[in-house]
Amino acid sequence: MDSQDQKAGEHQQVFRLLNVNGEPHQTGFSVHHSLLEVLREQLNLTGTKHGCELGECGTCTVLIDGQPVLSCLELAAECEGREITTVEGMMDGNDLHPLQEAFADLGAAQCGYCTPGILVTAKALLEENPEPTRDEIVSALAGNLCRCTGYHKILEGIEWAAAKMRGDNDYTPPKEAIYGDPLPGEGDSHA
Amino acid sequence: MLRLPAFQFHAPETAADAARILAEDPANTRVVAGGTDLWPNMKRRHQGAKTIVSLRSIPEMSGICVDDEGGVIIGATTTLDQITRNETVQEKYPTLVKAIASISSPVLRNTGTIGGNLCLDTRCTYYNQNEEWRRSISYCMKAEGEVCWVAPSSPRCWAVSSGDSVPMLCALGAEITLHSTEGERIVPLAELFNDDGMHYLTKRPDEILTRVRIPAPSGERTGWWKLRRRGSIDYGVLSVAVAGWCSGETTDRIEIWLGSVGSTPVRCSESIDHLIGKPLTAETIAEAAALARKGDGANPLGNTDFAPQWRGKMIEKYVDAVLREVAGLPVERLVPHHGS
Ligand SMILES: Cc1cc2nc3c(=O)[nH]c(=O)nc-3n(C[C@H](O)[C@H](O)[C@H](O)COP(=O)(O)OP(=O)(O)OC[C@H]3O[C@@H](n4cnc5c(N)ncnc54)[C@H](O)[C@@H]3O)c2cc1C
Ligand code: SF4
Ligand code: FES
Ligand code: FES
Repeated sequence: MDSQDQKAGEHQQVFRLLNVNGEPHQTGFSVHHSLLEVLREQLNLTGTKHGCELGECGTCTVLIDGQPVLSCLELAAECEGREITTVEGMMDGNDLHPLQEAFADLGAAQCGYCTPGILVTAKALLEENPEPTRDEIVSALAGNLCRCTGYHKILEGIEWAAAKMRGDNDYTPPKEAIYGDPLPGEGDSHA
Repeated sequence: MLRLPAFQFHAPETAADAARILAEDPANTRVVAGGTDLWPNMKRRHQGAKTIVSLRSIPEMSGICVDDEGGVIIGATTTLDQITRNETVQEKYPTLVKAIASISSPVLRNTGTIGGNLCLDTRCTYYNQNEEWRRSISYCMKAEGEVCWVAPSSPRCWAVSSGDSVPMLCALGAEITLHSTEGERIVPLAELFNDDGMHYLTKRPDEILTRVRIPAPSGERTGWWKLRRRGSIDYGVLSVAVAGWCSGETTDRIEIWLGSVGSTPVRCSESIDHLIGKPLTAETIAEAAALARKGDGANPLGNTDFAPQWRGKMIEKYVDAVLREVAGLPVERLVPHHGS
């Protein structure tokens, strides 16, 4: 137990300096609270979503020291001194991150519940591997479930953002990504 | 929110301190490493503890090194991701890397550890459920209740050993170090497991697993396959690990281990005895695979995904396929291959 830690009733209270999206937050909470609870309920950073809270869906993913981690299975008490990035930290001033831009332009978010987890996971992937193959993107996202999109637009969005981030301005997403697949028998109606 | 129950928390910086805290009240204290097994179980209230000791601030328990004999020592809190990225492990035990890369999902492998995988709680469809679900059918004997819902006349629990690194590490002859206030002891990994879904480890509650050692490779050919519904996130319902040592045509030594088919990892001793001294041909392999289904406690019951009868059949198919892969014979893919 830390010397500053106290007992409040049965609950061991802790005080931690959490560094979230580059801002320091001096915060007190019960030691058994997950990072997800502290982000949403203490720091009011509700961009990070809660789904299964058991490690099965990936929507609560945040970056800790640049690595995707499930905030529902992380004790906030163990996060002091580490760099925490949530979806709220992806914008640069008023500019969307290229991933956010590509997701918005392609409609890669439908209900949007999985989106924060997928965006930060993709951000970590592109920082390590600026030109991932489709298979590498699928593998990196294998812990993030989406119940709406069928994943195609998510994959296309990440490929588009990767191209923008590499400065490859010639890249255009496949036409189907923007207009949808042609109906059977219609051929290439967007030609 | 599905919240954890309250507990007292310690994050010691040495294994000796962790062992000392654990020894104060082993029955009510649990250690946690990645928490990818313990936290979900505590949230669903089928595991609990008054005191939690985190092993994550103990530098001596993390990392990978090679010893004088060329064996590899992996600290218990080394994450699964660190192991699959390690060049020495990739070079010496490529099949182990394949097994570990199949565990859970990439984001879970960033926190899940090898020690946690070896000590993973056994699993069952009637147990890995939330409190309300379990209460509604009345609890089973693994958590608070009296009967086993899978085998109601059985005096024991049949929950399933599911750590996916275990069969391959057993086949490679790994050893573990257990640390307590009484000192250290080294035991073969295969001896860590007890054939009882409730008391599934032979280690004492006051012992911490501090490291795993894998012997230097000695010319073995290895293979590993896992069966599950989806290519990620789902636990396996069967895994098969093989390590074979051959001179010329003859099989001098072979280890065949199954995971997720009983409360312990299962060594297929009848199949092994059948193959020793013989060449690995399509015929000897098919015979050995048929024996794997029968012997030694491979006993798929109705407590995981998929029907038990089908899982039983798949034991034979999978052992056959992995042995063929090890022997360099053509292998038919049985299920679509997914990325991890
Ligand atoms: C959605 C999901 C899917 C998963 N799929 C798989 C899968 O396919 N295959 C698989 O094998 N696992 C799977 N897992 C489980 C888990 O991610 C891994 O097994 C992981 O390696 C567990 O390690 P951990 O450090 O997180 O364990 P923890 O949760 O920290 O610990 C697990 C258990 O081991 C004990 N323990 C941990 N470390 C030690 C130690 N050093 N000494 C003594 N006791 C110790 C703990 O007290 C606890 O009882 C899955 C988990 C989730 C949430
Ligand atoms: S095998 Fe039986 S006792 Fe064990 S967890 Fe399942 S239902 Fe409970
Ligand atoms: S809420 Fe964390 S993985 Fe689902
Ligand atoms: S957009 Fe709805 S879950 Fe992905």
